Amino acid sequence: MIQYLQNNSDTVLAALRQHLYLALVPVLLGFVIALPVGYLGVRFPWLYHPLVNTCGVLYSIPSLALFVFLPVVLGTKILSPLNIVVALTIYTVALLARTVADGLRSVDKLVNEAATAMGYRRLRRLVDVELPVALPVILAGLRVATVANISLVSVGALIGIGGLGQLFTRGFQLFYVEPIVVGIVLSVLLAGVADLVIVLVQRAVTPWARA
Amino acid sequence: MNLSYLLDPAHWDPSVSGSFPQLLLSHLWYVFLALLIGTVIALPIGLYIGHTGKGSFIAINAGNAGRSLPTLGLLMLMVTLLGLGLLPVLIALTVLVVPPILTSTYAGMRTLDRRVVDAAKGMGMRPWQVLTRVELPMALPVLMGGFRSAALQVVATATVAAAVGLGGLGRLLIDGLAVNDYSRVLAGAIVVAVLAVVLDLFLALVQRWVVSPGVSGRF
Repeated sequence: MIQYLQNNSDTVLAALRQHLYLALVPVLLGFVIALPVGYLGVRFPWLYHPLVNTCGVLYSIPSLALFVFLPVVLGTKILSPLNIVVALTIYTVALLARTVADGLRSVDKLVNEAATAMGYRRLRRLVDVELPVALPVILAGLRVATVANISLVSVGALIGIGGLGQLFTRGFQLFYVEPIVVGIVLSVLLAGVADLVIVLVQRAVTPWARA
Repeated sequence: MNLSYLLDPAHWDPSVSGSFPQLLLSHLWYVFLALLIGTVIALPIGLYIGHTGKGSFIAINAGNAGRSLPTLGLLMLMVTLLGLGLLPVLIALTVLVVPPILTSTYAGMRTLDRRVVDAAKGMGMRPWQVLTRVELPMALPVLMGGFRSAALQVVATATVAAAVGLGGLGRLLIDGLAVNDYSRVLAGAIVVAVLAVVLDLFLALVQRWVVSPGVSGRF
């Protein structure tokens, strides 16, 4: 195992770097898209159930199917990393839009009324009161989305781009266990580290939760 | 968007090998076996942990560990170690099924009102009766949620099984890609996505049927 890592450190590092990029860019994009979409589901209550159902259907599309389907829809090349980024962004939005809506709905009505009475307008109340209170729920969703994305990226190796997944396909083709094990371990470690980072960020930005 | 492969009646003839009905059937077979074995393993452990409260650490962390395991890697590792065949694929798929069912069984039993359990004990129920008549029925909605997400995950992952030479609907995706037949790839993607949605709807109906009206509030 160590022998393999020494001889192939460049390949492994390149795969790791690509994996990180392919997993985290969609998380950021998805988060930015999911915030307004989730808010719409709260601002207009009749939108909530259609939103939740649409998210459920989107999330149930198998990743391999989406990876190979997107080039047909987007007109991108099958080997373009854009396919993976767009597919994982869709999954992230499907997961997070619902969490954002649920988080905002869980804010105590009295808190909102108090903020309104203190003169907060809708947008400032959302940014200064509702979002911070909903943050623990939203970040819990972000943790799930991040970890799921990191493990999903490797499926992309079947269409030629998949970060650490390429170690799997290479090991499989050569009937060689080392790269597969290295890929699995690194992927799980990456997920663990990303999860830990979000937990630490959550602790830092919600100091009242520890009081 | 070229739907010719999907709409060609020859591909829907059940007697032709590689037709949609045949691929669908083998796909569902893998899904069924993995769910069955996974449930047989995870449910008793989840019930034990939930009932006794011992080893809750395992139940909580199983979910996270399961999510972070890359399926494709697991599958290819198993095939590399054990050779081609149904067994390595079933092992990989079962490893995916166990965590969500284990975690949701535990979560379902922990989130139910403990006073109900106390009441059941106070009425003279034996531990076994408390488990089967009170805790399990009340944990069912959460448990079914976990089962449904496990089912979706297996339907999706079973397509990956084609990459290691097995059948199932993944064949359409992998073979279509290999010969640049995008009409076939599109057909595979559509059929798998529809299967996932239909299966989830079916399980939602099963959930409505198995959850007691007293728990779901649907009188």
